[in-house]
Amino acid sequence: MAGASSCSRTSPDSEVLRPRIIPCLLVHKGGLYKTVGFGQPKYVGDPLNAVRIFNEKEVDELMVIDIDASRHGKEPDYKLIANLALECRMPLCYGGGVKTVEQFDRIIGLGVEKVSVSSAAVDNPELIGRAAARVGSQSVVVVVDVKKTGLFRKAEVVTLNATKRVGLEPAAWVAKLQQLGAGEIVLNNVDRDGEMKGYDVDLVDDVRKATSLPLTVLGGAGSIDDLHALIRRHGVIGAAAGSLFVFKGKYRAVLINYPGRAEKDALCSAAMASS
Amino acid sequence: MIVIVDYGLGNIQAFANIYKRLDISVTFARSADDLVNATHIVLPGVGAFDWAMERLNGSGMRGALDRLVLEEKRPVLGICVGMQMMARRSDEGTAAGLGWFDADVRRFDESRIQGKTRLPHMGWNDVAPMSEQDLFNDLGDSARFYFLHSYYFAPHDPADVLATADYGDRFACAVRRGNVYGVQFHPEKSHGWGVQLLKNFAGL
Repeated sequence: MAGASSCSRTSPDSEVLRPRIIPCLLVHKGGLYKTVGFGQPKYVGDPLNAVRIFNEKEVDELMVIDIDASRHGKEPDYKLIANLALECRMPLCYGGGVKTVEQFDRIIGLGVEKVSVSSAAVDNPELIGRAAARVGSQSVVVVVDVKKTGLFRKAEVVTLNATKRVGLEPAAWVAKLQQLGAGEIVLNNVDRDGEMKGYDVDLVDDVRKATSLPLTVLGGAGSIDDLHALIRRHGVIGAAAGSLFVFKGKYRAVLINYPGRAEKDALCSAAMASS
Repeated sequence: MIVIVDYGLGNIQAFANIYKRLDISVTFARSADDLVNATHIVLPGVGAFDWAMERLNGSGMRGALDRLVLEEKRPVLGICVGMQMMARRSDEGTAAGLGWFDADVRRFDESRIQGKTRLPHMGWNDVAPMSEQDLFNDLGDSARFYFLHSYYFAPHDPADVLATADYGDRFACAVRRGNVYGVQFHPEKSHGWGVQLLKNFAGL
């Protein structure tokens, strides 16, 4: 297979942008937790310790979301963010409690590459353009939480840990976010959170058509095969997961894990085969 | 002594951490006086072009930087927007750049990029150095770096190009003019490959 050799750099025509495999870590009460359907938080460990392990595993990128901050109207925990950024030897995206350009600026100044917002983008769409003018659009990420709602189980955007329905259709909202100046979309399926039964393929297809921004998909990945399927279908895309990278086995024992270089080369080949 | 320019933008701590782990002495500059003892200068940056120039021009370090780089020829490494600022201008804004290179910063042509994802250029890409020396010494043939940008550095003199990467078109992802170096990717967030490149810079 041409793809396989290209991604492992044995062919001359080998320069290629790779799909991104991204662990997503949730901060709750100062520790790392993993949820199911945005509930049932289970403790998985200390954030800085997890970052050190992910450093050793040469992770592509890391996403850390504080699930208490926006919900309780709190400021981001700048001390924790600074410590995470200091420790991370890979790019870091932080989300949680961010509402203003000043907060974007301050968090980037702590050494974070990307800052994500969710409810703030819905409440105040102009924030996206103003943040982009300050920190550059490449660092402005919008997390779009999606849940099937109502009688007809229609996909709808939700915020504040899925407690609030905002009446937006995912693809239309993502197209708008690109116009507003966002640099990346993280598409998170709330119904699949922690289920480990695969990504929501239809939702991803629908949203992918609506934007040319880098798209990262979260919610449902339970195996490397799930990452493969997503990448084979969509090429260069971000495949994010929580449970997959912190649990092992059917009893969900906490064990931080991540694909090795050979496994990642295979995922990269899948991306090349798709295009 | 490696001196990292702290003008309020970019991941200064990450650079300091890497140099400390390498046992190479490092400090931050927040005023012109702090720059004087630099053997090597690191100019980081994450942000929009105009905002970055405004912050650097307002930092009180601009004059000292111009003098140390252009007259005293101290090695300097610009990273990401830190690199782009070394050009004369950018498509991203209206501010004048530092002009240390005869170069402009341009926006990628989206129509040239294959696939469904266009801009920003985000993620790990392979880097092809012109020679495996200088910044790219001892990097092996699997070297890849993390990119996060929508604008690229376009030098007018091809001799300035130190390495290229491919995103739609081939572009200069590392440049050098005498003592002035720039890289578009983030070595401070590129695992062992980035550490090696920063070590190479310190050894120049």
